[in-house]
Amino acid sequence: MVASASNMARQVLDATDIKRAVTRITHEILEKNRNSDDLVLIGIPTRGDELAARIAAKMSEVEGKTISFGSLDITMYRDDLRMRPARGLEPTSIPEDIDGKVVVLVDDVLMSGRTIRAALDALNDHGRPRAVQLAVLVDRGHRELPIRADFVGKNLPTSMSERVQVRLSLTDDADDSVTITGGEE
Amino acid sequence: MKHLLSTRDLSREDATLILDTAQELLAVAERPVKKLPTLRGRTIVNLFYEDSTRTRISFEAAAKRLSADVINFSAKGSSVSKGESLKDTALTLQAMGADAVVIRHSASGAPHLLAESQWMRGAVVNAGDGTHEHPTQALLDAFTMRRHLGELDGKNIVIVGDVLHSRVARSNAYLLSTLGANVTLVSPPTLFPVGIETWPVATSYNLDASLESADAVMMLRVQNERMNASFFPSAREYSRRYGLNAQRVAKLAEHAIVMHPGPMNRGMEITADVADSDRSVIVEQVTNGVAVRMAVLYLLLSGSQTPEAIES
Repeated sequence: MVASASNMARQVLDATDIKRAVTRITHEILEKNRNSDDLVLIGIPTRGDELAARIAAKMSEVEGKTISFGSLDITMYRDDLRMRPARGLEPTSIPEDIDGKVVVLVDDVLMSGRTIRAALDALNDHGRPRAVQLAVLVDRGHRELPIRADFVGKNLPTSMSERVQVRLSLTDDADDSVTITGGEE
Repeated sequence: MKHLLSTRDLSREDATLILDTAQELLAVAERPVKKLPTLRGRTIVNLFYEDSTRTRISFEAAAKRLSADVINFSAKGSSVSKGESLKDTALTLQAMGADAVVIRHSASGAPHLLAESQWMRGAVVNAGDGTHEHPTQALLDAFTMRRHLGELDGKNIVIVGDVLHSRVARSNAYLLSTLGANVTLVSPPTLFPVGIETWPVATSYNLDASLESADAVMMLRVQNERMNASFFPSAREYSRRYGLNAQRVAKLAEHAIVMHPGPMNRGMEITADVADSDRSVIVEQVTNGVAVRMAVLYLLLSGSQTPEAIES
């Protein structure tokens, strides 16, 4: 890890690391689920949807068939709506009927677990999957709800005062990276 | 944005945010569970001093799809018929804890009065006031146009009919020009309001001349209940000069759509075959109305209203 001045951004993952993590998560999902017939990858915007698309592309390549993916906006299900100004919505596109399927939720950073709780509620209104699993690029701890990820790109123990910034090429129009800013050392 | 009183107050950013939000909410109608938990525990009062079918039902459906509690109030059969004032009704609603009031009133400016008074703290949504504005109708019209025509910049929109009494025309004129469209109002000279030259629109007395370049034609209802003078010689002459019939539709460009805010006077401003043709998006306007009103209620009610939170 590159140590630098306390308020400078520290890069913890670069584009190659993220690519490797996506590949590893892809294989772990396939390993855990044995067959990919019933798998649907659903990303949480913003960035979770891009990651879901990448995992689906990798998985389609490995399996030799098309794995479907989609996105699920959870804004309307958040538990902090009354504490913040109203915000715009992100796209939701559920690629197929999810009843009886195995849905893998994909997000960029897992922290409090509240986003995932909202996503589980949202998913419930779209159908009844046989199972729901969770894949995240970064798990930074500080959980506030009994939720854990099944597939983790990188465990990144951080302090609450730090900020983890994920950048992905399509969403952010920048090179893939994960950086930490803030915090005192 | 705390209230939605007129489209004149809406910036392009606000209007686009509402339309984009509605775009996402439209899909809720397609889901197995057509309900979002967002406004759970909020109370919305539909305060209707004037008759309405689709606007009231549409607001009610929108509020219910967001899980809000809805109280419907219509002036008929309430204490208003005993002479209760708007102020006392508002105080009652405040005492009952209404988080938002959707108001339709025959007096222009009633929603402004309600919003600016200290009678109640909730958000006020104008659902049509007199001959002034009907902002959610204009938003759903713009939304419907955007779905068929793409972004509205530079699009030619022709609005035909009783502009004088039409709150729909006024709201659309301001909203569509804010969104970059070229609006032409077509009407008999007697049915243009005083001061029309200050509106951001072009005007014409000749419908046929405006049709060829139109991307959308919106027919306005001839409001018989407000016709207290002879604005035109006869219904027949009106419909011959300003009604939309199959011959006129044939002049339209292939992609152009026909709209009407409802309720229609079939045979007056629009013929039945045009209203039911595949050019007509009149039924779709109603579907879109629910999504647009959900977006408005969500944006007004869901967030924190404290100024600090809005700045951060």
